[in-house]
Amino acid sequence: MIVLEKRPQPSKAWSYATPLVAVLATMVFGGVLFAILGKNPVEAIGTIFWEPLFGEFSFYYRPQLLVKGAPLVLIAIGLSLGFRAGIWNIGAEGQYIMGAIFGAGAGLAFYPLDAWYIFPIMVIAGAFGGWLWAMIPAILKVRFGTNEILVSLMLVYVAEQMLASVSLGLLKNPEGFGFPGSRNLQSYESAHNAELIAGSGMHWGVVAALIAVIFAYVLLNRHMLGFHIRLTGEAPRAAKFAGVNPARLILFCLGLSGALAGLAGMFEVSGPSGVVSIDFNVGYGFTAIIVAFLGRLHPVGILLAGFLMALTYIGGEIAQSQLGLPAAAIQVFQGMLLFFLLAFDLLTNYRIRAARSEVA
Amino acid sequence: MDLGEINPVLLVASLMVAATPLLLAAIGELVVEKAGVLNLGVEGMMIVGAISGFAISVETGSPWLGFIAAAVGGAVLSLLFVLLTQVALANQVASGLALTLFGLGFSALMGQSYVGVKPPDMGEIHIPVISDIPVIGPILFQHDPILYVGIALTTAVWATLKYSRVGLILRAVGENHDAAHALGYKVIKIRIMAILFGGACAGLGGAYISLIRVPQWTEGMTAGVGWIALALVVFASWKPWRALLGAYLFGGITVLQLNLQAAGVAIPVEYLAMSPYIITILVLVILSADKSSAPASLGRTFHASH
Amino acid sequence: MKFTSLLASAAIALGLATGAVAQDKTKVGFVYVGPVGDGGWTYEHNKGRLAVEEHFGDKVETVFVESVPEGPDAERVMTQMALEGADLIFTTSFGYMDPTINVAQKFPDVKFEHATGYKTADNVAVYSARFYEGRAVQGHIAGNMTKSNIIGYIGSYPIPEVIRGINSAYVHAKKVNPDVEFKIVWAYTWFDPAKEADAATVLIEQGADVILQHTDSTAPQAAAQEAGNVVTFGQASDMSEYAPFPRVSSIIDDWAPYYIARTQAVMDGSWESANTWDGIREGMVAIGEISDAVPADVKEEALALKAAMAAGEYHPFTGPLKKQDGSDWLAEGEVADDGTLAGMNFYVEGLEGEIPQ
Repeated sequence: MIVLEKRPQPSKAWSYATPLVAVLATMVFGGVLFAILGKNPVEAIGTIFWEPLFGEFSFYYRPQLLVKGAPLVLIAIGLSLGFRAGIWNIGAEGQYIMGAIFGAGAGLAFYPLDAWYIFPIMVIAGAFGGWLWAMIPAILKVRFGTNEILVSLMLVYVAEQMLASVSLGLLKNPEGFGFPGSRNLQSYESAHNAELIAGSGMHWGVVAALIAVIFAYVLLNRHMLGFHIRLTGEAPRAAKFAGVNPARLILFCLGLSGALAGLAGMFEVSGPSGVVSIDFNVGYGFTAIIVAFLGRLHPVGILLAGFLMALTYIGGEIAQSQLGLPAAAIQVFQGMLLFFLLAFDLLTNYRIRAARSEVA
Repeated sequence: MDLGEINPVLLVASLMVAATPLLLAAIGELVVEKAGVLNLGVEGMMIVGAISGFAISVETGSPWLGFIAAAVGGAVLSLLFVLLTQVALANQVASGLALTLFGLGFSALMGQSYVGVKPPDMGEIHIPVISDIPVIGPILFQHDPILYVGIALTTAVWATLKYSRVGLILRAVGENHDAAHALGYKVIKIRIMAILFGGACAGLGGAYISLIRVPQWTEGMTAGVGWIALALVVFASWKPWRALLGAYLFGGITVLQLNLQAAGVAIPVEYLAMSPYIITILVLVILSADKSSAPASLGRTFHASH
Repeated sequence: MKFTSLLASAAIALGLATGAVAQDKTKVGFVYVGPVGDGGWTYEHNKGRLAVEEHFGDKVETVFVESVPEGPDAERVMTQMALEGADLIFTTSFGYMDPTINVAQKFPDVKFEHATGYKTADNVAVYSARFYEGRAVQGHIAGNMTKSNIIGYIGSYPIPEVIRGINSAYVHAKKVNPDVEFKIVWAYTWFDPAKEADAATVLIEQGADVILQHTDSTAPQAAAQEAGNVVTFGQASDMSEYAPFPRVSSIIDDWAPYYIARTQAVMDGSWESANTWDGIREGMVAIGEISDAVPADVKEEALALKAAMAAGEYHPFTGPLKKQDGSDWLAEGEVADDGTLAGMNFYVEGLEGEIPQ
């Protein structure tokens, strides 16, 4: 009989080893999947993990990892604070969209003015848009006790309709021959979130993501508020005795995660994407939830998880075009990776041991 | 603009159809959450149910076999969730999301050869005399069988939760798994059964879309219904009848907004399109006076340490 | 040491091998916005790709990436294809416009073809189909077939492409049936079969006995079949599984001839940037078989209309036509210019309701 025994302390060794074990297991099972689909498994796995990092064109893919990973990390950091305190913001996608609309809207309002202060205003507007959208579930929760999962999720759909609406109306490019979508911010110097060093993939969104990681780390480890967040999640009753104000915590966590998601949307629309269009959002807000958990809600873990996700996206695209793997196979592969990462996490917190039957 | 063109009888009849996939998935998830488990993988289980049901009913020519296959398909996928959350004790939120990602991809792989195929028709139950009664007939007695299955399931879940011993144990497990364990109930086993039930219901809901409401197979065709179903459970405060009400309300507003558009009502389309979501939030705020809250152990991992 | 040098030489050998292959073959890339299994837009583009493979056999190699979101992801996929030696890349969604231009600037030797956009460059051509020609045929049949004089129209988003289709269908339905009325429902989604089913049901309940759709799923066909006496048309693909009734005809996107011709041009070295807007005449828009549910005389007229457009004798937007607000648009015998059509954002006279902005 095999039983699980909870470790008094999570195992340090396993917490570093499990991600590697999980990636290996995914390679094995993913390889089987690819073999079933009639592809060479070694080649497929190699393409996904090796090609973007060390392949012939890695000079191009490595910076792309930053571009793809930064919004995921930025959003996930914000979400992780709330998740730790048991505050479930599932609607980051909507806050991301509102950040983009507000940010781009602020920039386009100045068009074609050329001034240094436009971009900073857009940054503030983007964060404000996301914050505002997250404040709706926050205030409703504090005031009426409504469930923030439901409200924030519903607001994603509302934000998507808003996005369609402004793409077809308010922000539509007047020189776009009636087609939907805004002016391209990439060609509006003052509003463009350009690469800081050409070809490096480093734009302000990447910088913001790194700052957010450091900020979250310091907050959680060195600051009273971070302590309150952790306490509320781990021992709600103790938190009450420690004088934590739950309403303030809800407003702070939802507001901050909204603002960060809004920033991510703003940096994306003013940089890599360039235009507000009907299909601007591509699910970063939802993927970031996965990233937050993959990173075990730890800032550094999230950073690594974000880039691992980005790697599978980029590697997956390469595998599609080089080997003809269907996009769905890549999705299944990502699903497997998550399964194994989650499953092997068991080894961090529990010890597996053979036991005598008296235990049962 | 002519509101007279909207036929209220037909409106009610078609909102029932629109609401059924939501209802099926929501009832299943409600049982899962009553047992204290939060499975965010509803969308994934629905889409796997949609393709399982579609494939089997095309191959066998029987929609009934298709629906059975859909329930099995959904349940099998939920078995993955069982392995993760009940055996490996992984985080439920992340496991559910992973399940959705996996299910969307997996269903697309399964369905590659079913694009552009037409499934066999299930037909409607048409009882002479009763079905022809004006107003009541079209609303109550002219639907496909699965719609009635959805309502029957709601009744069954309500009665089971409220009156039966099984229901009592299920709720006990959801409220306080440690106490339930101390009383000698097999917490993990009960939760596994609940999760499988939830998977089967989600599968049925998915197949309702691919076999009756649309009917065809295309990748990602559930288009977010699973997420709405999740929201509905919260909206319903974990009460089966309120889930039914919520599903009809949501389906009703969706159908009504299209009706208003077709009748030429001068409200901007984007506001109409977002109305189902906003009204859901508003109703939630109004209902917030009801303080019946979530099962206390919802989303928490159970591990019998002794 | 030995091992690594072995690896290195193997890699060089491999590199040489692939290099040699690349010289023989013309490599054509396709970037798709949806999955190839969507049964509609992307499905048809992928059929075009398969036709290219079949036509040229060993002389081409095609690659594709599906479900590519518009924006930076699309830019990366295109760059990747270009880096790996693609000679010609088709980018098949409007939202790929700016990414295509960006990538094309970096790879002046690679040819790009962007569907449904308007930005061109030395190595970027644009192409699109005159679906509105097909809509004219549909409108003609629809106007004849309706008994309730109410025609339902399911639109995705109010963009010029869709508005053009509505106008074209309306003009030709009105011509044969002056009492005809259009009911338009905007789904505000590109893809949600369940919502399309609802929209079709709603239109039928409000009296429509002909449904035209500018969305890709067969959901409206099924709704019409259930209603029993409602006529539909296939969209994007033939949807012949619903023939002969309710589906009485269809508009099919046929990209194969264009893709083959452009690939040939790259092989010959004669490729030039162009703005192609092809219709029935060139075979980019095909009319699916008109079923026997359509009366013989109507079918004959519809085929004559199609033949007139194929011969270039007839333009669906020929004056006199007025805009919805009553102002003049086209004088007697005047034909709409492509610029106006491309950015069409107004209804013609007689249509009710406003275009959502």
